[in-house]
Amino acid sequence: MEKGMSSGMHFMLGNHTCVEGAIAAGCRFFAGYPITPASEIAERMARRMPETDGIFIQMEDEIASICAVTGASWAGLKAMTATSGPGFSLMQEGIGFAVATETPCVIINVQRIGPSTGSIFGQQGDVMQARWGTHGNCHEIIALAPSSVQEMFDLTIDAFNLSEKYRVPVILLAEASVGHLRESLIIPEPEQIKIVNRKKPSVPPEKFVLWEAEENDSPPMVAFGDGYRVYYTAHLHTEKGYPVLSLPKYPLAEKVLKRLSSKIKLNINKITKFETRYLDDAKIIVVSYGSSARAALRAVFEARKAGIKAGYLRLITVWPFHDQKIKELCASANTIIVAEVNNGQIVHEIQRSIDDREKVVPLLKLADTHTPGEILTKIEEAT
Amino acid sequence: MAHPLSNIIRTERLPHEFCPGCAIGQIYHYAAKAVEELNLDLNKVVFLSGIGCNARGVGYVRFDSATTLHGRTLPFATGIKLANPSLTVIVVTGDGDGAGIGGNHLIHAARRNLDITVVLYNNGVYASTGGQMAPTTQYGVYTSTTPYGNLEQPFDLCELMATAGAVYVARWTTAHVRPAIDSIKKGIQKSGFAFIEIMGQCPTYFGRYILKTTDPVKCINWFRENSIRKEMANKMSMEELAGKIIIGEFVDKERPELTERYKELHEKLRKTTYP
Repeated sequence: MEKGMSSGMHFMLGNHTCVEGAIAAGCRFFAGYPITPASEIAERMARRMPETDGIFIQMEDEIASICAVTGASWAGLKAMTATSGPGFSLMQEGIGFAVATETPCVIINVQRIGPSTGSIFGQQGDVMQARWGTHGNCHEIIALAPSSVQEMFDLTIDAFNLSEKYRVPVILLAEASVGHLRESLIIPEPEQIKIVNRKKPSVPPEKFVLWEAEENDSPPMVAFGDGYRVYYTAHLHTEKGYPVLSLPKYPLAEKVLKRLSSKIKLNINKITKFETRYLDDAKIIVVSYGSSARAALRAVFEARKAGIKAGYLRLITVWPFHDQKIKELCASANTIIVAEVNNGQIVHEIQRSIDDREKVVPLLKLADTHTPGEILTKIEEAT
Repeated sequence: MAHPLSNIIRTERLPHEFCPGCAIGQIYHYAAKAVEELNLDLNKVVFLSGIGCNARGVGYVRFDSATTLHGRTLPFATGIKLANPSLTVIVVTGDGDGAGIGGNHLIHAARRNLDITVVLYNNGVYASTGGQMAPTTQYGVYTSTTPYGNLEQPFDLCELMATAGAVYVARWTTAHVRPAIDSIKKGIQKSGFAFIEIMGQCPTYFGRYILKTTDPVKCINWFRENSIRKEMANKMSMEELAGKIIIGEFVDKERPELTERYKELHEKLRKTTYP
């Protein structure tokens, strides 16, 4: 039977390559609820999961979907869900729970314009929601932004690997304009695809301490049924996993709580990825991510042809946000243009990272994606 | 002296945090007793709860277990059971958790007929937040959010579950210990979605404000005196049944179970060859 797709060149829809990336990464459980522009992911999963001995289930809503995914992950499967804005809002409760219980899982958000129902065309509007959507402020999240059909495949694999390694939900911030794009996809040979699986404990059940780990690491994870008889709760908990319900006992939970962010922050160099062009001598740098990066790259090429010292910086990893690295990469620039399809989200992070925030110029668009011409005009204005 | 259920109870966590006379200890005892009497492999049993008073109980049982989100226990159970059908999944929930905020999940879990057992502890109020009205609170009753008496009608959860497709449905009270344990055992053994509602005393809120007593024995006796077997109830008029709790087994039937259907699909697809 056909477990994975054959290696080599394919011509496919972004939402479909995301499914194939998930399968290549070892995903064997999908729970979801239909929503435009993400439905093609659920539709392909419905066919492909049973073919790969996996489980597809259409839940009653997005809250149920993320909770079923968390349950499946506890039972030992790599699991994911896919949605768009309105569903992503509903999932925040479950995403926070997965953060608190350090549950590996992947959430694909094929972003669409808001607020609320908005419409079904693309936006990069959920960048801050991905970071801050859940309540409380004790955690870090990982979010990746694909800008091509190829990256819908590649970054879905990365998302699973990061989520297994750091035991954190990883969000793929796709967009309608990438999910609904058809272009070429090259699937590597299976042995060239790097797969990370969650660590299992090396000690017997009586010696296993559920949340014991170094501050830059996540603990080994058992599956339900392995005989370790573990207890999960999103209540603040001790290293043994017992709830801490009163303020005098809070110090017992603090070590576990602080690790939710330190395990990500202390590994920021390993986690974050950027794509750069012409940054060494660039005076005008265009910072972008997702679909707008495609237009940004073209605009920078055109500017260079015209003799303008333009540079290109694309955030592949949006969260965690690597302030220090951004500052270094933008060191030579007099002007930093931030092109994003929203009312200004990452631009504020860039301003925060750069010493002179006056250098940072937003190039905002509320829907769909930028054209190279729009970005080139902005570059020319800055010269 | 070792606790008689030390293989099942996390005795190192005792004493527990429940109010004096609370029914939750009894409900967990029934469920644990059912597991013990069925001689299940304790490493393959999963206990799940949501949020509310009932949810605290799951941290005291020595199984793979979780306190999940408020009302979302059944979606978690769905993911676990589908991912590993060899696990016995038991959900202990309350009336607010299971039927209020989680009502839609409850209906869909019953419709799917996934092989899980739900033990719903119904104390008639939201107790952990201070005794507010629940979707199971009787008409006219005074609670902290119905200061003029409850204007709404309560759910009959067993009727709801029967309609939604559960293969086993029963209701007992904490005055009916043996039947409650036997029903949970039956529910676990049934292939499909089993729902056992247990009416239990909450001396702190339901007792104090509605029954005007905080004595747990008086509360349990109130359940005993106000319960009527289904067989008797069938012969009584609506007026005679007003305010009464109808107990017994309401559904015991067979329907195709979801993980079995999935297993068949997997086997069929494994034999499929692709050109």
